[in-house]
Amino acid sequence: MVINSRFFNRSELLGFLALAVLLLVILPLSLDIFRLNLVAKYLTYAFVGIGLVLCWGYGGILSLGQGVFFGLGGYCMAMYLKLEASSVANTKIQSTPGIPDFMDWNQITQLPLFWKPFHSFPVTVLAILLVPAFFALIIGAAMFKRRVGGVYFAIITQAIAAILTILIVGQQGYTGGINGITDLRTLHGWDIRTDHAKFILYFVEVVLLFGCIVAAQFIRLTKLGRILVAMREQEDRVRFSGYSVANFKIFAFCAAAVFAAIGGAMFTLEVGFMSPSFVGIVPSIEMVIYTAVGGRMSIFGAVWGALLVNFAKTSLSESFPQLWLFGLGALFIAVVLAFPNGLSGIWADHIQPRIDRLFASRKSKSAAGLVADGAPAE
Amino acid sequence: MFGDYSISDLGAILAMQGFAGLILFSVYVLMALGLAIIFGQMGVINMAHGEFMILGAYVTWMTSNAVQHVAPWLFPGYFFIAMILAFIASGALGMLVEWALIRHLYKRPLDTLLATWGLSLILQQAYRSIFGAREVGVELPEWMMGSWQATDSIQIPINGMFVMALTMLITIAVAYVLFWSSWGKQVRAVVQNRVMAGAVGINTEKVDRYTFGLGCGIAGVAGSAFTMIGSTGPTAGQLYIVDTFLVVVFGGAASLFGTIASAFSISQTQSTLEFFLSGSMAKVITLLTIVAILMVRPQGLFALKVRK
Repeated sequence: MVINSRFFNRSELLGFLALAVLLLVILPLSLDIFRLNLVAKYLTYAFVGIGLVLCWGYGGILSLGQGVFFGLGGYCMAMYLKLEASSVANTKIQSTPGIPDFMDWNQITQLPLFWKPFHSFPVTVLAILLVPAFFALIIGAAMFKRRVGGVYFAIITQAIAAILTILIVGQQGYTGGINGITDLRTLHGWDIRTDHAKFILYFVEVVLLFGCIVAAQFIRLTKLGRILVAMREQEDRVRFSGYSVANFKIFAFCAAAVFAAIGGAMFTLEVGFMSPSFVGIVPSIEMVIYTAVGGRMSIFGAVWGALLVNFAKTSLSESFPQLWLFGLGALFIAVVLAFPNGLSGIWADHIQPRIDRLFASRKSKSAAGLVADGAPAE
Repeated sequence: MFGDYSISDLGAILAMQGFAGLILFSVYVLMALGLAIIFGQMGVINMAHGEFMILGAYVTWMTSNAVQHVAPWLFPGYFFIAMILAFIASGALGMLVEWALIRHLYKRPLDTLLATWGLSLILQQAYRSIFGAREVGVELPEWMMGSWQATDSIQIPINGMFVMALTMLITIAVAYVLFWSSWGKQVRAVVQNRVMAGAVGINTEKVDRYTFGLGCGIAGVAGSAFTMIGSTGPTAGQLYIVDTFLVVVFGGAASLFGTIASAFSISQTQSTLEFFLSGSMAKVITLLTIVAILMVRPQGLFALKVRK
């Protein structure tokens, strides 16, 4: 694989550093633990966003079912935590001790087979990565090998999101139903409900996020990333050049699924529960919204989009619950109509050139200019 | 599974579930017809289609209230006025949306999906602000209530039969407009080749606007019919939108006949399964079957052979 000589160019490096400073220094120092936990929750959507940039922005495959993978990752983690929380000692009062409380309420007396592997932490981590990838592989292989794409792919992934939600809600005894899996306590014996644990989890998540950003950047810069872009522009030409278009699409879709699943697993850890309301059609489309607002072509844009839209959602719905949906709808229409490349597009087209000009003119005057702000867009 | 029922009971159950399926079929067809025009013919993914339907339902509800207070003697027939008003309201809103939003996006079909999703959020919140978050139901006139006793054990509700008759009429009307009227010819010409249609003197912008308006108007009528068998809330449209898209895609996007056939098979499968399994499992199995069939046959049941 041919890799560019520079992994990040200058503005990307600035963007990376700005994000690192914001997430690792400014936010932890300035926010209380409640708000920091909220930021951690927003950032879980940034994982999904990064995946969507790869598969939608670069590959041109719009998936409206990212909630499925987010949910699968989240549920895998929640199942492990739930099993740990429902040890025999903790569940003495149940008619069958040692199984999760909702199973007991639904007259199930034995742990179902598919729950059993989640007793082990390494298996759980593997499952978080592999189960969504496997699902994405099946869906992707079935669709892309038959050259189903574009609109049809979007609608079918949406239907899959609907199916999974109905299934989770309907099979209450096995999945916890509409309430989801709640009352999670410890991770491998470490209490995740304390403020201290939340603080540490935040940093774990940010580090994972940067890992995903680097991984996505790596994919983007290799030959594979270029073929993705070529496919989006002229699929037939790529096919006639001898590339297996379907396999590249399947890879991008699987990668996006894995990113989403990591986000989902972190979501469960940060928020302390998982429920079908993060799986279905509405959350899946909202995840696409974050990416579209941040900029479907920019990995950093997706992170900023997830942060800013969620921040706006929280603050608007706290103070004007009526206005929030109007605002979100209008934002979405505006992004699609006027700024198809989202905030990062605005940044690259309008703000970046000005800064560059400022930088250049100062340089010529005093030869020592400082650009303080390197954030992609605000 | 069958053990507790005698043969004649089973027959009655099948007949009544079959009829329940037919009502579901009517709702699907009414919603899918509008979508088949907008999505199948124009290629626009209208995620706000359910909200246009709900607009029709609210118009019907308002008409029924207004008629009850102002002209009670009209009440037995208010439904026909309501349907026309619903068509006009949804159609007008549809034309406005096409002018403001959709016409900028014909070349980017995936973006129409995102933009109309934004629109659907706005409309939902608007309904919630105007009509309240609670579900509303209309009062049916006397003649629509009750049921027809076909045999001792089979009962068929009259409002259901009315909805079915209505569906049939509207389907025939839409088929006539699209395939036999000169305006329908223009629509199909624009859909097949926009540039050439423009070159032979068709006002493509106008055709687009009226086509979108017609699709939305039919959704409004669907909403109007929907009030007779269920209640209406601000988010009721969203419950049906995925099903409706699947109906259209499963039938083959450009085929009106395919839409009807797929609505029939989906609704019958679902309502028959519903009796033997829980409602949610019936839905899961139905949807999974559709998705599996679509993976094997992505072009849907009835596909037009078009060279891309």
